[in-house]
Amino acid sequence: MRGLKLFKIRGGVHPNANKQATHDRNIAKLPVPGLLRIPLLQHIGSPAQPVVKLGDYVLKGQLLARPQGAISAPVHAPTSGKIVSIGKYQAPHPSGLPVPTITLKTDGKDEWTQTWEYEDPFQMEPAKIAEIVANAGIVGMGGATFPSAVKLGLRNRYQLEKLIINGAECEPYLTCDSRLMQEHAAEIIDGIRIMMHALGVTETLIAVEKNKPDAITSLEQAAGDHPGIKVVGVPVQYPMGSEKHLTQTLIGKETPARALTADLGVVVHNVATAYAIHDALRNSRPLISRIVTVTGAAIQNPGNYQVLIGTPVSHIIDCCGGLKNDPEKLILGGPMMGQPLPSTKVPIIKGSGGILALTSKEVPMKDPSPCIRCASCVNVCPCGLLPLEMAIRAKAGDLDGAAEYGLMDCISCGSCSYVCPSHIPLVQYFNYAKGALTEKQRAQHKQEEIKRLIEARKERMEKQAKAKKEKLARRKAEMAEKKKQVSETSA
Amino acid sequence: MPFINTSSPHQQNQSSVPDLMRKVLLALIPGALACLYYFGFGVLVNIVIASATALASETIMLNLRHYPVRRYLTDYSALVTAILLALALPATVPWWLTVIATSFAIVIAKQLYGGLGYNPFNPAMIGYVVALIAFPQQMTQWPVPQPGGALGLLDVLLLQLTGTLSDPAILDAVTSATPMDQIKTGIGLNRTIGEISTGALFGTVAGRGWELVNLLFLLGGLWLLWKKVINWQIPVAVLSALFFWSWMFNLYDGDLYSSPFFHLFSGGTMLCAFFIATDPVTASTTHWGRLIYGMGIGILTFIIRNWGGYPDGIAFAVILMNMAVPTIDYYTQPRVFGHQDED
Amino acid sequence: MIAAIFSLAILGLFLGTSLGVASRYLRVEGNPLADEIEAMLPGSQCGQCGFPGCGPAASAVANNEAPVTLCPPGGKSLAGELAAKLGVEADLSDVEDKAPQMATINEALCIGCTKCFKRCPTDAILGGPKQIHAVISDACTGCEKCVDICPTECVSMKPIPVTLQNWHWPKPTLAA
Repeated sequence: MRGLKLFKIRGGVHPNANKQATHDRNIAKLPVPGLLRIPLLQHIGSPAQPVVKLGDYVLKGQLLARPQGAISAPVHAPTSGKIVSIGKYQAPHPSGLPVPTITLKTDGKDEWTQTWEYEDPFQMEPAKIAEIVANAGIVGMGGATFPSAVKLGLRNRYQLEKLIINGAECEPYLTCDSRLMQEHAAEIIDGIRIMMHALGVTETLIAVEKNKPDAITSLEQAAGDHPGIKVVGVPVQYPMGSEKHLTQTLIGKETPARALTADLGVVVHNVATAYAIHDALRNSRPLISRIVTVTGAAIQNPGNYQVLIGTPVSHIIDCCGGLKNDPEKLILGGPMMGQPLPSTKVPIIKGSGGILALTSKEVPMKDPSPCIRCASCVNVCPCGLLPLEMAIRAKAGDLDGAAEYGLMDCISCGSCSYVCPSHIPLVQYFNYAKGALTEKQRAQHKQEEIKRLIEARKERMEKQAKAKKEKLARRKAEMAEKKKQVSETSA
Repeated sequence: MPFINTSSPHQQNQSSVPDLMRKVLLALIPGALACLYYFGFGVLVNIVIASATALASETIMLNLRHYPVRRYLTDYSALVTAILLALALPATVPWWLTVIATSFAIVIAKQLYGGLGYNPFNPAMIGYVVALIAFPQQMTQWPVPQPGGALGLLDVLLLQLTGTLSDPAILDAVTSATPMDQIKTGIGLNRTIGEISTGALFGTVAGRGWELVNLLFLLGGLWLLWKKVINWQIPVAVLSALFFWSWMFNLYDGDLYSSPFFHLFSGGTMLCAFFIATDPVTASTTHWGRLIYGMGIGILTFIIRNWGGYPDGIAFAVILMNMAVPTIDYYTQPRVFGHQDED
Repeated sequence: MIAAIFSLAILGLFLGTSLGVASRYLRVEGNPLADEIEAMLPGSQCGQCGFPGCGPAASAVANNEAPVTLCPPGGKSLAGELAAKLGVEADLSDVEDKAPQMATINEALCIGCTKCFKRCPTDAILGGPKQIHAVISDACTGCEKCVDICPTECVSMKPIPVTLQNWHWPKPTLAA
């Protein structure tokens, strides 16, 4: 059904899609590597806590670490094997910092464990569905990696009306969602129906950018005449896949700043998340693999692969025939919002949709020159910000000034840097300023806490001193009394 | 394997500052050719002297400021300033005037403020205004527009380099005030627009020659718009504000106020609307800001042309509006996503 | 002449009166600058500046009795802010810009003497007699008071570790 009225979003850019290398490649299973490095922090929130010991033999799908705190997610063994290390290992993150990681030596048997009993999801209480999704370790697979179960539990606090499934895949190069929608449309629709049941909504919009007609057709076929599920072709415009912008396109309302789309009665999930939820409820399988697009001009055989979580990037590149030539950049995710990899030994995690090995021809490195205030960035900002003004302030270290110009409303989509004729790393300025501002706020909070501690200590010290004084006075009085008695008796 | 640690995005479109400046230079060509055709070789002499001066003073300043000369010279911004200034100067000015105006524009108006991107005022217009105020006599004598130019190459060189002509008597015959200047003087002498514009210098709607020059600058500007080098708001606002007010006053008293088309196709109107007012560094950066900025230039130009002390008011209008840009930008910030009613 | 004298006299009278009235009714209690400066200081009362706490240090800075560079935990950024606040030129080249630090206790050497935790102004050290002490990182201001007092020299200052949770992109280094 393509008759739905769509709404326009401001700004945005139209980068070269560059999807031709992989959009016809069927999803292939990648061979299991010898070692899997499974980070315990693959989601937003607190790291998971290991429940296995060094030397343990684990089966495929067995729980390795349990969630810790309200916003967290468990981690499962992607295949069977032996735990050879529980410690720290480099994270797939631009900082290259270590993160708690469990290393699994695979045994090649790929033997499943008994996970949980199958039950008909439509007979379940909604809370039970959310519980299984939580136990399966499912997080937002579009890259945000927010624990999905938390989002499924939103019906308790919000009046929900619609589920939006994000299949926009507006990032250039990536085709993993597109392939998934073409090859597993029925499973996605089933996952969506389970989510609708869990959320208690009757209407779902599946948003797919119009440049993926095959995906739209297969989803429409799979949706058949399920009441309430509509497939909507949305304009090809980056950043269409941004949750809040997609919501605006579909329902015409802006999510208030620092609020959730749930305030508008809408919950947004990625297509890959829908697929993972189907797998968890129908096949009792936790999230232990994902589809990754491996592409870029430096890759010998680009394609889409089903990769076990924890597979090192170097293994994936080797399985794709290795590198044709030296890449200029190695990126995890898409070219607009993906992050550079610190090395090829880092593993794939739940939120990694792509590995891009881009040559210098694809991403020429250009030195920044002064801002000429051309305001191209203002024209393309989907959030209505003035990136040039924020960048001046971030550069000068005026973090509060940048915040006044809306720094915290920036979604780091990269449209501004994409069009900047001066090649100013605007997004990096904003990421730096956001981080520094958060750090400053954290320091301020610490400062306040410390002031409170100092006051408390002062009070305690005074009380102690007072008590001591009183005790001393009492003893003195007692002594005097005693003396008096002694002198009286002696008299 | 290189692991360059730069933040996203990793893909960029093809635009670059030198590319933008090159397109501006290209778009100036038709208008400049028309100038050359009507005003003679002096235009070319001006362009050569201004470009050489601009490049030389930019080099010296970059050296003094310890900036990489080659990189900053090849952004072509100095060349754009020089050529805009050269096209604004009369085609008979002595060489030293061009040198003074250009070096003032580059050294003081641009580099001393921090170089490209940091100058609050349009350097070309500052250079023009300095010349206009310091040397009013030389700045108001234009060659009489005539196909192929009124003076031969030799005479032009003599005039501009030495200040004399092989036959000094013809100087008065080949130079005159611009049509706009003539209207201003004529009105002062209680003549009507209709009477004044019967003069030999006038064409269909505006000054002879000037019409075509403006038309070709308009074409170049439209090409820039099509190439997305400039935004539509500023030229549209400048031209519509100028058109609207001149039309209103023309309706009120056609004998005293020239027709709106005369204003659009006279002097530097089109050059200003598409090439000078749109200088990104000194213009407003927001959607509404650009409209206000452009309208301000249009209105001020109209006011200065009719009631000011100078025949054309573009340079002053641009500089005055440059001054207002920070305020305009501050009050025209777009609404941020998710903030419904600004508090 | 007379008009000029008259008007100037009136003007003087009027301005003088209003100044007098203002000084009486708009008087500022205390030195607001000292309060503002105290708010800028870390507030851990560590005493590294030689004053008995952040309050006295702030009033000393406000009265020009102490340099703006007096606060070691504040580092270069605080010195710069103070100089800007007071409108003075300050030589910041000598100010050591230390990354924020916190105390760490070498557990192998700790004898549980309780000296450090009694001394700690923010109660950031946990422990009891004959027990190994530990530092609560969220409460430690890095004031170094515990370092000197430890009889076994087991307390040292270490920079707060960078983790995935508190890492952020550095400012771009290429000039533009």
